[in-house]
Amino acid sequence: MTTTTSPTPTGGARRGRAGKPDPVVAGVRWLDERLGVAKGGRVLLDKIFPDHWSFLLGEIALYSFVILIATGVFLSLYFIPSAQEFVYHGVYAPLRGSRVSSAFASTVDLSFKVRSGLVIRQMHHWAADVFVGSIAVHMCRIFFTGAFRKPRELNWMIGITLLILALTNGFIGYSLPDDLVSGTGLRIMFSIVLSIPVVGTYLATFLFGGNFPGDGTIIPRLFILHVLVVPLVILGLLAAHLGLLVRQKHTQFPGHGRTEKNVVGTPMYPTFIAKTTGFLFMVAGVLWALGGLAQINPIWQFGQYEPYKISYAVQPDWYMGWLDGALRIMPPWSFHAFGHTIPFVVTFPAVLFPGLCFNLFYVWPSLEARLTGDHAEHHLLDRPRDRPRRTAIGVGALAFFFTLFAASSTDVLANYFQISLNEVLWFFRFAVFVIPVIAGFFAYYLCREMSGVPGIGRRKRAVVITRSPQGEYESVPTEPRPGDSPEELDPSPVPVRIELDDPEPVGAGIPGVRRIPRRR
Amino acid sequence: MTDDTLTSGPPGAAAAGSHGADDGHAAVLPLAAFDDPHMQPYAKNPRRAEAIIGLILLVGLAGFCAYGGLFWVGGQPQWEGVFFGVGLFAFGFGMSAWGKYLLPQGPFEEQRHVLASTEPEVEAMAAAIEERGKMVFRRRGFLGTILGAGAGVMGIVLAFPLLRSLGPQPKKSLAVTNWTKGVAVVDLDGRQIHQADLEVGGALTVFPQGFEGSAVDQTMLIRPAPADQDIVTKPGRETWGPKGYLAYSKLCTHAGCPVGLYEGTLKRLLCPCHQSLFEVLTGANPVFGPAPRPLPQLPLMIDSRGFLHAQGPYSEPVGPGFWERA
Repeated sequence: MTTTTSPTPTGGARRGRAGKPDPVVAGVRWLDERLGVAKGGRVLLDKIFPDHWSFLLGEIALYSFVILIATGVFLSLYFIPSAQEFVYHGVYAPLRGSRVSSAFASTVDLSFKVRSGLVIRQMHHWAADVFVGSIAVHMCRIFFTGAFRKPRELNWMIGITLLILALTNGFIGYSLPDDLVSGTGLRIMFSIVLSIPVVGTYLATFLFGGNFPGDGTIIPRLFILHVLVVPLVILGLLAAHLGLLVRQKHTQFPGHGRTEKNVVGTPMYPTFIAKTTGFLFMVAGVLWALGGLAQINPIWQFGQYEPYKISYAVQPDWYMGWLDGALRIMPPWSFHAFGHTIPFVVTFPAVLFPGLCFNLFYVWPSLEARLTGDHAEHHLLDRPRDRPRRTAIGVGALAFFFTLFAASSTDVLANYFQISLNEVLWFFRFAVFVIPVIAGFFAYYLCREMSGVPGIGRRKRAVVITRSPQGEYESVPTEPRPGDSPEELDPSPVPVRIELDDPEPVGAGIPGVRRIPRRR
Repeated sequence: MTDDTLTSGPPGAAAAGSHGADDGHAAVLPLAAFDDPHMQPYAKNPRRAEAIIGLILLVGLAGFCAYGGLFWVGGQPQWEGVFFGVGLFAFGFGMSAWGKYLLPQGPFEEQRHVLASTEPEVEAMAAAIEERGKMVFRRRGFLGTILGAGAGVMGIVLAFPLLRSLGPQPKKSLAVTNWTKGVAVVDLDGRQIHQADLEVGGALTVFPQGFEGSAVDQTMLIRPAPADQDIVTKPGRETWGPKGYLAYSKLCTHAGCPVGLYEGTLKRLLCPCHQSLFEVLTGANPVFGPAPRPLPQLPLMIDSRGFLHAQGPYSEPVGPGFWERA
């Protein structure tokens, strides 16, 4: 190896082996002369992505969305968004002769007649569940590590909006096939809109084209919302979400050589690109396998929706469970005065309560800044245990939503444990307040204990014990493995071996990528 | 070895290959410098990693082929899921492993730039907005008023097509059903219900004749008592339950689900959606769950031939509560 310090000859035209101009150079030049991408493009190639498993959660959400678009386009080739009824003569024998709607029949047929249709339809449904789930877990990561703090409050708000849109589009999506379960969901949604004071009745009849079930317009309307309007808004906000991430750069956990002023990790090209593209395929693989192996939403078992039909254990998709639980445990309060009714028993849990929750999420970054008086910029993440109060609040909120979620299956729980429905209901009416408080206090004291003990959370370094022929024992610590990072817990700042004020590296105009000495 | 060159801080340190030395200096490194320790593959034994990754990618390839072959011969959902799912996963896993074990992991560092502008720049922008805003509106307040009024009215009239065109006004549609005086009680197939049709303990979903399957009219016909008993659920409803029959709206007063489960022994109606429970014999009062009101009762009568009819419409709106409801 040579260690000459002559600059890389990027100034002159690089030549291929036969003296021909390098095709890559030619391509970049062609683009650059038209778009001026070379300078910024190089910076983009060098963009540093810090490494941590929890940073994959957002990627799961992103890639589920990609898969939702792809599978959704496939489904839209076969799905007929119409409530028009006819007598079924399709491929699914048990349904033949019964009256079905076009929406229901086309969903059944795309599952059984279209080859690989069932797998792709189930993959779409699984991807939707994973999409919402990964957004929720990603949001927890952001919350517990304090990544929402200045300067990232805006991106937090965009993220909350994306969560709301994902929930909405998930609900709309599974309402489309016009089966018994989804129709019941729409019936409840109608009643929820109806419960809004003053304008509710107008909104509801406008949306559905009359009193429930309306004049059949709701399914085509939901369809265009589901496949065009909401996805477009999601796409736009997603672009903003990622754009802000590039502009503000990634957060990172504290550790060796990591400061508030740098980002440490691997470059976009080629390392991160390879890893993340692989991850896209892995997410797709898991979802595809789920689509083939794990049955989801078998609408032919539920049957065509008819407004007078109902079945036992009617539960929405999991991400609507917290709202359904709230609807179930709400005491039967309804206000009547001056010839008007406010069905508070529906208005509160289904309209006011989610509005309250999401607004709390929106204002949380400024609320926390005000409470703690911390208005500084933060790029290094918190360890949840080092912020016991925030962690306690987050754990309490999670416990609250989990309790509500569990409350959405009061009937199933009562049946399973063979106890009275009455007891289950009253349990949840109290538990929804008691469990979060207990969980919050538990989390608080756990965090306090953990942050008080030196070295907790540190990966133990293995020790190899050898016995010599003479019978002596000797213990030798093993080589530190990559990822062993005792510095992360060291409160004293790690010396930074980077000249921060060096604007341009000497390497012939190559910006920005520097190395950090490896720990050995 | 390429002609790309390692250009790190002190040349001596680079020559010694000890980039981790505590020299306290920045080291700058083009990414193409293959010889630097930072540029080495992450795997301790790259050849072995290559072999394993090759195998994994082969599994992916095999999965794709298997899916293609299966599709060719007709397909089968579960195996389609296994083959293509495993193929995609292995393919992706191989790629990620390639990125992690065969490509340099650095760690590399990038400087953050300061997001905020300087204070004068901030003030300059704010001043520009303010000053130019004054330029627009100075002594032209009336223009601004007209502009504002126009925008407001535009917003309101835009709501007409966007909202009002969607559907009819609610008017009486939420309060009125098709149950009228004397209308025959029929089942889903339009068959008239005779007093001998239901046994004691039985229940049936019924509709007014001509409106079979209608959502708003659906009614639970229940026979909790034998024929020699007229059931009085509440004062003022002395004639509503002739010969052991009772009829209640099937729309839950909570969220409008069909109150479809009749527990014959307890004489209770249960809504499967949110578990509201209604006591049939005392006017379908809610005894449990979130329903705030009793189910409206349909007054029944039985004609001389023994067929069931409605004495009249429901005396109150059926279904969940809403603003205009008294």
